[in-house]
Amino acid sequence: MKSWLPLALVPAIALIALPLVPSLPTWVTLTVAGLAMGMMIFIMASGLTLVFGLMDVMNFAHGAFISVGAYAGASALLAMKPAMQAQSLGANLSAIVPGVLAAMALAGALGWFFERVVVRPVYGDHLKQILVTTGGLIVCEQLIHVIWGPDLIPLPRPATLTGSFLIGDAAIERYRMLAVVVGLAVFGAMWLVLNRTKLGLLIRAGVENVEMVEALGYRIRRLFVAVFVAGSALAGLGGVMWAMYQESLTAGMGMQVMVVIFIVIIIGGLGSVGGCFIGALLVGLLANYIGYVAPKLALGSNILLMVLILLWRPRGLYPIGK
Amino acid sequence: MIRILLSDDLPRSRVLSVVLLVILIGLAAAPFVFPGTRSLNVAAKVAVFILLVASYDLLLGYTGVVSFAHTMFFGIGGYGVAIAAAKLGPTWWNLALGVFLALILSVALAFAIGLLSLRVRAIFFAMITLAVASFFQILASQLSEFTGGEDGLNFRLPEVLRDRLVAYYTVFVLSLVLFLVLLRIVNSPFGRVLLAVRENEFRAEALGYRTVIYRTGANCLGAVLATVAGVLYAVWLRYTGPDTTLSFSIMVDLLLMVVIGGMGTMYGAAIGATLFVIAQNYLQDLMKLASGATQGIPLLPNLVHPDRWLLWLGVLFIVCVYYFPSGVVGRLRR
Repeated sequence: MKSWLPLALVPAIALIALPLVPSLPTWVTLTVAGLAMGMMIFIMASGLTLVFGLMDVMNFAHGAFISVGAYAGASALLAMKPAMQAQSLGANLSAIVPGVLAAMALAGALGWFFERVVVRPVYGDHLKQILVTTGGLIVCEQLIHVIWGPDLIPLPRPATLTGSFLIGDAAIERYRMLAVVVGLAVFGAMWLVLNRTKLGLLIRAGVENVEMVEALGYRIRRLFVAVFVAGSALAGLGGVMWAMYQESLTAGMGMQVMVVIFIVIIIGGLGSVGGCFIGALLVGLLANYIGYVAPKLALGSNILLMVLILLWRPRGLYPIGK
Repeated sequence: MIRILLSDDLPRSRVLSVVLLVILIGLAAAPFVFPGTRSLNVAAKVAVFILLVASYDLLLGYTGVVSFAHTMFFGIGGYGVAIAAAKLGPTWWNLALGVFLALILSVALAFAIGLLSLRVRAIFFAMITLAVASFFQILASQLSEFTGGEDGLNFRLPEVLRDRLVAYYTVFVLSLVLFLVLLRIVNSPFGRVLLAVRENEFRAEALGYRTVIYRTGANCLGAVLATVAGVLYAVWLRYTGPDTTLSFSIMVDLLLMVVIGGMGTMYGAAIGATLFVIAQNYLQDLMKLASGATQGIPLLPNLVHPDRWLLWLGVLFIVCVYYFPSGVVGRLRR
């Protein structure tokens, strides 16, 4: 297996799109938009794929963490309206940072509760995992209706992050730039933790062989709970970012994003963080290019991409060794 | 005779036999015993859903794979009839053409999904069916010239089927026959292999059975029967729309019906569907009352509001999977 091939897919798709899009500035705009979308999807999907890799648990309720994070963050942000509307980045950030932290905290707490109560009794039984976590997804979605009401909630972006700036002739939305930066930061941090710390070493070892790590005297269970909570918190972060990107939120948003996330982690290879990153970028870029060149096809582009990748590599781009 | 009809798979519990008989007689005599539009609607829905749930149980209970695309096949059947009747006119030939094309599409899709996902791991299947089904749902609402979008399609039927009594018995008899066919399938050698694959995939493969082929076969069979159920439901309602066929909440209902009735028994499907459809139609009235009675207390009226029906279903579902995995039938047979 040539491991650089999937890596080359991302620039390849961007280059193939270049002659299809009428002008260079449009292409730059679309590429940034695609990368931003991909980064946000990656933030939401990374936790899910890592949890699967480590403990063989497929959590269909991950979408609920996204929604809950978005609602918690939006509540906090809407409560700090003056700071959000101020025309200074400092004031905006003083609202965003606590808002995002609130979202991550609540989503993380929900993840912890979920691992304890819902997932723990069904380790090792895929069928029951799918059933139980689907039930959990429904319950969470309905509870959001009960607490926040069934209507769509508009969420304006902070003042300094609205609008766009020009690079040459290409208009680039500020918020998308931020999404790319945050996504890269999350990926970088994750890469550092996984590859340069003892904790990461244990996680990677756990992905390879759980029994061996346990036999060496480490409590893999605690590690797993930590990963589960971190993944849920990331889902919450992604949820807030996605809600600000869409400038509105509904209880069903988690479920909608979940479909894309599944496609991304299948493309990447279940359990692989790197594959998930590439898969997310591919999906984001393709959605934007096709949405511009042939809007009618945009709907099916994700499914088509998934089918093609699975025909090429039936286990995804970077399958983990299980 | 009964042994042959039931493919030698008797209920094996006196209470269960009585319950099943009550359901059968109730459905057979529904137009006379429970007159009135609403109760006849409930009876027809029960009949269709028994078939739909039984075909889902073939996948979930017998083959051990979770599909989220079952409502998609249900919808393909419904839309097949609806589009043929609404766009081409209400003749028998057009109906037959619609059903035929729907069946072909269902089998092709089920086959493709099966080959693509079941080859690697069963968990792929759940994720891919979810993605494909949601794609299909969006597609149906986007192609509004064909499907009527969110509003769905109203259509007329051939003269004979316009009579409610004839329509009801068409639905009832076809559901019953196909239910017995399903019973035959799961008790055939093919069904035994499915059970073997569910219990121990590795061993089944080692014994020389190509597990992919058996799983894909079960997937296609389930899809065909779900399509027929969709056709029957559309014929009964004379309407097909996203809310009656494709929506995710129907998928959840299906899951719950299978789990309540008991996974891996066809009789469970019958009991689960009956209990659930009746509860759905009459319990929501009760919730409306409760919601009205608790006005003034914070949050509580919202919790028991009829629109929050799914919340309680979700809770019930989780509890069932944990504490009641063999369902009603499992309990009765013990």
